[in-house]
Amino acid sequence: MSDATVEEARQSATAAPERLAWDSRARRMVVLYLPLACFVIILLFPFYWMAVTAFKPNAELYDYRTYNPFLIHSPTLDHIYKLLFETAYPRWLFTTMTVAVCSTFLSLLSSTLAAYAIQRLRFRGSQYVGLAIYLAYLVPPSILFIPLATMVFQLGLFDSPLALILTYPTFLVPFCTWLLIGYFKSIPYELEECALIDGATRIQILTQITLPLAVPGLISAGIFSFTLSWNEFIYALAFIQSSESKTVPVAILTELVSGDVYQWGALMAGSLLGSLPVAIFYSFFVDYYVSSMTGAVKE
Amino acid sequence: MSVTTAPAWQRVQHQPNWLVRLFDWKPFLVLVCMLPAIGLLTVFLTYPLGLGIWLAFTDSTIGRSGVWVGLENFEYLMEDPLFWSAVFYSVFYTGTATVLKFGLGLWLALLLNNHLPFKSLLRAIILLPWIVPTVLSAIAFWWLYDPQFSILSYVAVDVLHLRDRYFDFLGSAWPARWSLIAANVWRGIPFVAISLLAGLQTISPSLYEAALLDGSSAWQRFRFITFPMLLPILAIVMTFSIIFTFTDFQLVYAITRGGPVNSTHLMATLAFQRGIPGGQLSEGAAIAVSMIPFLVFATLFSYFALARRKWQQGEAND
Repeated sequence: MSDATVEEARQSATAAPERLAWDSRARRMVVLYLPLACFVIILLFPFYWMAVTAFKPNAELYDYRTYNPFLIHSPTLDHIYKLLFETAYPRWLFTTMTVAVCSTFLSLLSSTLAAYAIQRLRFRGSQYVGLAIYLAYLVPPSILFIPLATMVFQLGLFDSPLALILTYPTFLVPFCTWLLIGYFKSIPYELEECALIDGATRIQILTQITLPLAVPGLISAGIFSFTLSWNEFIYALAFIQSSESKTVPVAILTELVSGDVYQWGALMAGSLLGSLPVAIFYSFFVDYYVSSMTGAVKE
Repeated sequence: MSVTTAPAWQRVQHQPNWLVRLFDWKPFLVLVCMLPAIGLLTVFLTYPLGLGIWLAFTDSTIGRSGVWVGLENFEYLMEDPLFWSAVFYSVFYTGTATVLKFGLGLWLALLLNNHLPFKSLLRAIILLPWIVPTVLSAIAFWWLYDPQFSILSYVAVDVLHLRDRYFDFLGSAWPARWSLIAANVWRGIPFVAISLLAGLQTISPSLYEAALLDGSSAWQRFRFITFPMLLPILAIVMTFSIIFTFTDFQLVYAITRGGPVNSTHLMATLAFQRGIPGGQLSEGAAIAVSMIPFLVFATLFSYFALARRKWQQGEAND
């Protein structure tokens, strides 16, 4: 390294006390725990505020002087009750769930096959196909929604959840394929060679050897797809018109926000309920999620 | 003995039927495997991409397929101050948010890379803002930015007595712009931090030990070991972050819808406003197509930044 001279120059200057001070408790407190606590508080505060607002009665909600705004004095389920029984919220949840599950299934199926073909069958030009699929991930929905809207209209799918089920794979398939290629790579090829020698067909190898070994990868691809399609907004906003087939994020923003006075309690309750399924789903598989996210980045 | 029994052994392999044999024929299998993915991507990604570029050169509106008008849409946009303001804010939003996200995200990753209790729980908590649907957390931010009942204003004015007026987060142009950037940074930090943490964990501790023996300072260890080793991952994560921040739609649409007085329009929200509710499909498509050069630039940036891997691995002479 070219900076070796610099380091040599500093060598004499480094004092032993500094290294001892590094391990001291007070210092560790200030440089590590304090900033970390700030980060955690800032990252979690909007959720805390969301939850607090959702369970506060309206009287408390707008009166910070009499009630401490950070606490709930008399918790109420009014907002949630109103949301569940006086709006089409359950319907929106159901639509969102259906769309997320169907598009996840569709993209998992096609990306597993594609990843297997690219990584294991190794046909001529498979690298380029892999690269093309990777590049497809870099095409953001913000560019595609206008032409897709015209296509959806021409295909007669406008205002139908099927439009969303078919268009969500455009951003799910590239990501899942990419993730699964990485995962298949980690499965020893020798296992498949053994099976080939024993006379198994390619389909048998895929269904009985590779897929069972790839279950963790499939689970993380599934979680990713599910959360991504649950969170999707722009397509759902552009392709769905009628109130009853809207997805949760779109419906909260377009149906619950009405007039000049915002029903913050109901809005926050809706946001909380809309976030919960993803958060619960994610909490079960958080280790898969983190490892595959970081694994995909490392590839 | 085995010699005598060997001829008696019959091969009982039955010939598989033609369907099984067809699926074992590699070209056919490759075709079948690639068909769903390639089909979906061609129909719903490649074709619309081309269609979008075509639409940008026509005068189509909703319900009427247009005719070729050449560069007319772009000429119109060139003279549209709103378009230029959206371009400016898109670049500003992306630049500022990326710098903040990566600065804070790297800091958080370095903090998390220490030996900590409840490490996995901490990681799970930190990823939450990334998991929760953007629109829903954006609504929470909208409520935090409320002009009358903002808790942030309440804390600053009535608890800490830092100022005497409530913040006007979304009422005028620049505060609204900064508020949106803050929300975007809040959402982006977890992804950056967790990805960079993965990168940090791949750095061999022996490098730090060697540097410690050489008497390096903490800053030198960061500058000459951590940062260069992290650069490849940093480049990938940054490309993604730049692309998805530049084409961001949800946050702005949920919090301000481009207001006040169109000052916070990003190119994506402007394209949506003109294209879908406004009905001017071709104009919306032209705005969307104008984003492509920026995205190509970001991708090339990543490619060339990635090429630096070579010298880091010592393949080329330094």
